[in-house]
Amino acid sequence: MKFMRLIWVNLLRNKRRTVLTVLSVTVALFLFATLRSVVTALDAVSEVGSEARLITRSATGITFALPQSYFERLRAQEDVRSVSWANWFGGIYVDQHNFFAQFAIDPQTYLAMYPEMVMPEDQKQAFLSERTAALVGRGLMERFGWSLGQNITLQGTIFPGDWEFTIRAVYVPDDPSFGDQMFFFHYDYLYEGVNGNIIPGWYILQLEDPTAAPAVIDRIDRMFENSSRPTKTETEKAFNAGFVTMWGNIGFLVKAIGTAVFFAILLIAANTMMMAGRERISENAVLKTLGFQDGLLFRLVLTESIVITLLGGALGVFGSKILFGPNNFVNAFIPGFEVEWSTVILGLAMATALGIVSGIVPAWQAMQLPVIQALRRVA
Amino acid sequence: MPLVDIRDLSKVFYRDSQEIPVFEGVNLEMEQGEFLSLMGPSGSGKSTLLHLLAGLDKPTAGHIIVGGAEVTGMKRRQLAAWRAHHIGFVFQFYNLLPVLTAYQNVELPLLLTKLTGRERREHVMTALGVVGLTDRAEHYPRQLSGGQEQRVGIARAIVSDPTIILADEPTGDLDAKSADEVLTLLKRLNEEFGKTILMVTHDAHAAERAHAVMHLDKGVLSR
Repeated sequence: MKFMRLIWVNLLRNKRRTVLTVLSVTVALFLFATLRSVVTALDAVSEVGSEARLITRSATGITFALPQSYFERLRAQEDVRSVSWANWFGGIYVDQHNFFAQFAIDPQTYLAMYPEMVMPEDQKQAFLSERTAALVGRGLMERFGWSLGQNITLQGTIFPGDWEFTIRAVYVPDDPSFGDQMFFFHYDYLYEGVNGNIIPGWYILQLEDPTAAPAVIDRIDRMFENSSRPTKTETEKAFNAGFVTMWGNIGFLVKAIGTAVFFAILLIAANTMMMAGRERISENAVLKTLGFQDGLLFRLVLTESIVITLLGGALGVFGSKILFGPNNFVNAFIPGFEVEWSTVILGLAMATALGIVSGIVPAWQAMQLPVIQALRRVA
Repeated sequence: MPLVDIRDLSKVFYRDSQEIPVFEGVNLEMEQGEFLSLMGPSGSGKSTLLHLLAGLDKPTAGHIIVGGAEVTGMKRRQLAAWRAHHIGFVFQFYNLLPVLTAYQNVELPLLLTKLTGRERREHVMTALGVVGLTDRAEHYPRQLSGGQEQRVGIARAIVSDPTIILADEPTGDLDAKSADEVLTLLKRLNEEFGKTILMVTHDAHAAERAHAVMHLDKGVLSR
């Protein structure tokens, strides 16, 4: 501890340079923590979804709807226990920047299929029994400061007009990757609002047995193969993974950019320590003359480097943790996105490693410094 | 038995494949409490002899024995520990750390000891008292005059009560008045506190303050 003051005064020797280096490490570790959490969340999203549920959508694309008549034909399939459907609503709440996912669903069949959404029974009944009722994720409630019973107006984009809803139920997902920033309401309300000019966006099928999925998928898609609206059916898990696959290149880019930034910062930190080392050649020679051991000088320089990167790293990862804690604004786009403590710890470990790597060369040079030549430099 | 016993000391520098002999077969004895000056032209090897005595460099041949310890046989790590206990070094250009106060500069050698913070403080303030700079303890080197900086350098050299003080042209960067103060201080350290001092200097006037003046020229050391 008695040497900490020496380390500290050396850190403050060139305040501007130290601050800039700390900030550069802060940026690097902030990016690391954030981007790692994005990749982790995307991976988790690709894992969410049931193998026992199938999604049947238009083979043309997710934005193309399917006829209502498909409902009975799907329900009649062997190994299919129940069928539900949903539509993307795409409304705006106050401002178009307030993005969150909104779905018109068939409440009875949909909720029966999704036990992942946990809610009090009285709220569930209130939602089921009221045509303009909305079921909202807890994260979304917290994000906008909504309360149960509150009236919400969404401005329709796909379905023009102002749509009034009353929040009657709040769900909590049993797995964060499921997401708690979704907004559900009755399909019937939408159907009546657009005078029946709507058909289901996609169907969800609950299977009796997940092992029957390949056969059911094949049978359904062949059944509609030659219709005016051919289908593409897949397990819900594969469906979600498909969305993440679209993010796949982003995931790669995220990793690539993160790695590039990290190494750039490593070079900056290493350069800073090299400069600091060069500036102190004569002082290190004096310390050696006073009796400072080679190993002690090595540890002093290395500790100085670690203090810089750890300070910057701590600012970066804790900043990321504070900004992207539970129920952050990104959850509307990436369910379950959160900087976890494991990432914080990994970030701090990486900051320490960064300090060691960037400080090892100047520390070694200080250790190996030939005192006589260094003293002659002063003279 | 002399405090310092240098026997048949030789030093050769090598530049590429060329040998540059500095001195050969140098012998010197210093008694406890002696104050010696070492003079000689530039390049004669005065500072080299001082560095060898401090264990900062290795001789090509010969022996250096200080207080009964064979310095030339010590390894690098042993030398550093030995230096911390036995050598007080005064530099021509003071070599104070600019980011540390006078107090903190003087405290540096004591950080290598097991003294408590309170004990270190007592030692530092005593050393600063000896050089007459207790009132400048919290000043940084840039806030001190050259003479004051050198006195802080001397306080740093004596704070751990070393066996011998080695001064490498301690007045070489000072004006006449400050140089005189520093020489008076060194003389006082020798006379009042019994410190053994070996001082390298170009200045004949400064050299006269010592008990004896040695000359090193063309590799030969003479009284």
